[in-house]
Amino acid sequence: MIAGPMVDPRTLPEDRSEAGFGDYKPALGPAQALAEANRCLYCADAPCVQKCPTGIDIPEFIRKISTGNLKGSARTILDANIFGMSCARVCPVEVLCVGGCVYNEMDAPPIAIGRLQRYATDAALAEDWRYFEAGPDSGRSVGLVGGGPASLAAAHELRRRGHACTIYDAGKWLGGLNTTGVAPYKLRADDALAEVAYVLGIGGIAVESGVQVGRDVTWDALLARHDALFIGVGLGADRTLEIPGKELAGIDGAVAFIEKFKLGRVDLAGVQRAVVVGGGNTAVDAVRELVGLGVPEVTMLYRGDEAAMSGYEHEWKAAKIEGVRSLWHTQPTAYVGRDGRVAGLRCVKLGADKRPLPGQEFEVPAKLVLLAIGQARLGELVAGLGGVQLEGGRLVVDADGATGNPRVFAGGDCANGGKEVVNAVAEGKRAALAIDRALTTGASK
Amino acid sequence: MAFGTSVDLTSNTGGIVTPNPFWLASAPPANSGAQIMRAFDAGWGGAVWKTLGTPIQNVSSRFGALHFKGTRAIGFNNIELITDRPLEVNFREIAEVKKRYPKHGVIVSLMVETRDEWRDMIKRAIDAGADGLELNFGCPHGMCERGMGSAVGQEPALNEKITSWAVEFSTVPVLVKLTPNVDEINPHGLAAKRGGAHGVSLINTIKSLIGIDIDRFVPEPRVGGLSTNGGYCGAAVKPIAMHMIGSLARDPDFGLPISGIGGVANWRDAVEFILLGCSSVQVCTEVMLRGYRVVGDMIEGLTEYMRSHGFSTIEEMRGKAVPQFSEWGELDLNYETVAKIDPGKCIGCHACVVACHDGAHQCIHPAPKEAGTRVPVVDESECVGCNLCQIVCPVPDCITMAAVDNGFKPATWNEFQSEGKLLRPKKGAH
Repeated sequence: MIAGPMVDPRTLPEDRSEAGFGDYKPALGPAQALAEANRCLYCADAPCVQKCPTGIDIPEFIRKISTGNLKGSARTILDANIFGMSCARVCPVEVLCVGGCVYNEMDAPPIAIGRLQRYATDAALAEDWRYFEAGPDSGRSVGLVGGGPASLAAAHELRRRGHACTIYDAGKWLGGLNTTGVAPYKLRADDALAEVAYVLGIGGIAVESGVQVGRDVTWDALLARHDALFIGVGLGADRTLEIPGKELAGIDGAVAFIEKFKLGRVDLAGVQRAVVVGGGNTAVDAVRELVGLGVPEVTMLYRGDEAAMSGYEHEWKAAKIEGVRSLWHTQPTAYVGRDGRVAGLRCVKLGADKRPLPGQEFEVPAKLVLLAIGQARLGELVAGLGGVQLEGGRLVVDADGATGNPRVFAGGDCANGGKEVVNAVAEGKRAALAIDRALTTGASK
Repeated sequence: MAFGTSVDLTSNTGGIVTPNPFWLASAPPANSGAQIMRAFDAGWGGAVWKTLGTPIQNVSSRFGALHFKGTRAIGFNNIELITDRPLEVNFREIAEVKKRYPKHGVIVSLMVETRDEWRDMIKRAIDAGADGLELNFGCPHGMCERGMGSAVGQEPALNEKITSWAVEFSTVPVLVKLTPNVDEINPHGLAAKRGGAHGVSLINTIKSLIGIDIDRFVPEPRVGGLSTNGGYCGAAVKPIAMHMIGSLARDPDFGLPISGIGGVANWRDAVEFILLGCSSVQVCTEVMLRGYRVVGDMIEGLTEYMRSHGFSTIEEMRGKAVPQFSEWGELDLNYETVAKIDPGKCIGCHACVVACHDGAHQCIHPAPKEAGTRVPVVDESECVGCNLCQIVCPVPDCITMAAVDNGFKPATWNEFQSEGKLLRPKKGAH
């Protein structure tokens, strides 16, 4: 069932550049999945579960694969995490569940938990196995601002408890970064939309696309319309480098660029060299994606070094194997232009104290420069919302996702500053439970 | 919820009604009230309390296991005896469990000697709230040397006599737990029936010696410098259990409800036991190895199986496989199959080639060199349809056994003997 064009994969352009990517971790076949599942030790108080932000009962879902109860296996996953399909692909399992696997302690290969989770959840989506029904109508309604995993997970949980939900999303397609930002060798936009459609399949979640709070509707109007609000708006635009030449063509934010080639086509013909500025996970994604898009020479340029970068070690290791170069302790000072287009970056080496080293200036040629130096916070968006506190642009929430306004909750990147999909899902679900408690114990408009 | 809406798992074994057919067998997982209550919380429908009798003294160590090619404990062996806890503690805990879990089944396993002892124990068990009794005529180690356990189960007359005492003294259903350490199970099931039993449970463990410590020259489990035979159980005994259960289920003179035991490790095993006539299944080894939590998948898997096969109650599916469990003389000798290898799935390991050459009828061969493939060739004119290739093939659904229309009408050995029916020419018999 397709709830509308905002979750219909057929509305995506067919010639999207992301379509050329293969799966870097291919799907398991039945024999492989069975062999891997049978290797699982079915630990009690399992460390893999403790490492999962959504607390999926991993040994149990794996045991169900081994007994042939695939339908039950997917239920175990989706009951804890309705985005189990995308999390199976995009989670940094190396530092989460798989990193916790006790096989690591005996220097044996850990269980491929992500791939097994994909095996079960792919089947659930392909077969359209439905496990969850909306609860009896509570007469309460919740507005959810932002259409990414946090809001969608919250809405799904709220529907299981019978609360009416409306999602307000500014974009054309739902799914947040799952649709627009995840590396295509992990998850493509069409699969992300299919999953959102599956999540909406519980029914009773209204979607208003292309709606921006502040521009198209006021917070007061939303508060009047709903008993409670959940804010899951993610992060804002890529930060820019305020250096000479910033108006040249060929300079883009990494998140914006990724969205362009995931949802459409980018033309990189003639780009022999590209530079990505930054050392976080967006930067590491971007360099790997540029290699995949066919750029012959891709360099990561970072003011720190390998040890200081915040991007995952396993991802950067893979990038190096793919041929990505690096420039450590380097800071751009100006863009070099030719005919209105960027041709390189003027840079300076930084000392241990992160100060420019005199005389150590040089130029790096590049026809494409992507900036992965963070994203703006959307704090100003909630300026008109009484009681909601901001800290460094993030919405301040407690462990349940509650803000200072008793009717307003938040989760995902706008509250945690930018983490994984699985964190957004966990926070959305936790907030939904808190909202449910608030609504059923009498808070009202 | 999409699961379980149209399926009722309620089980009735000779009048013992439980919310589902999954019971803990009389064994260490059912040793105490605290354990059984945790098991009920995990989803178990019933529990057969660890056998009560005159409390014994146990040895160290007590368990051994058969590991096979890296898979741990496909078979399991124990030399533990019946309860070692004071009887009054056991009965007090039975009462507490029944008070807290009135809808779950608590079946008390008993093993004593004299008529007076049986009368006394049965009264105390029922007073404590037992929903049923299980007479332990099966234990093949230790207790049988004292004239109990399998020593009773191997003597139909004794079995019948003690069963009749129990039935006389009991106001709740009586199940007789049978030992597999006999040549044929049916006389022993029929003895329990003559004694008035409301049902039987089987199999108890099989006499076994699980292994030898090859450096100390002592069998396992090692008790100081000696060992003794134990009782074998776990996944490896399932075929023996199913044969004995099936033998009773298809015996027209028997007809008592059966609680199946022996190698049940997952929902699929339970489905097989129920299709073979069981009203409930009992589990011990899988719980000992992995905990009470295994029941969640058992319940879910059975429910989904029933839903997908259109069964709404256990009774609707119970015994569905029994009519098809027959004798060799009734098998159609003219039914012919040959192996088919799917070239798209074959990985070229030649496991089938070597198995067929060395272990079967030399009809699967490597492809000729000029064919440029490692997909073997089946010489169908020689293939006897034995299945060995399919068993050794590591790829699911790569080798199938396809039925061949050979033009011969069905003919069994019995029909050939009595009516001279025409048999197809033998294959591979030269």
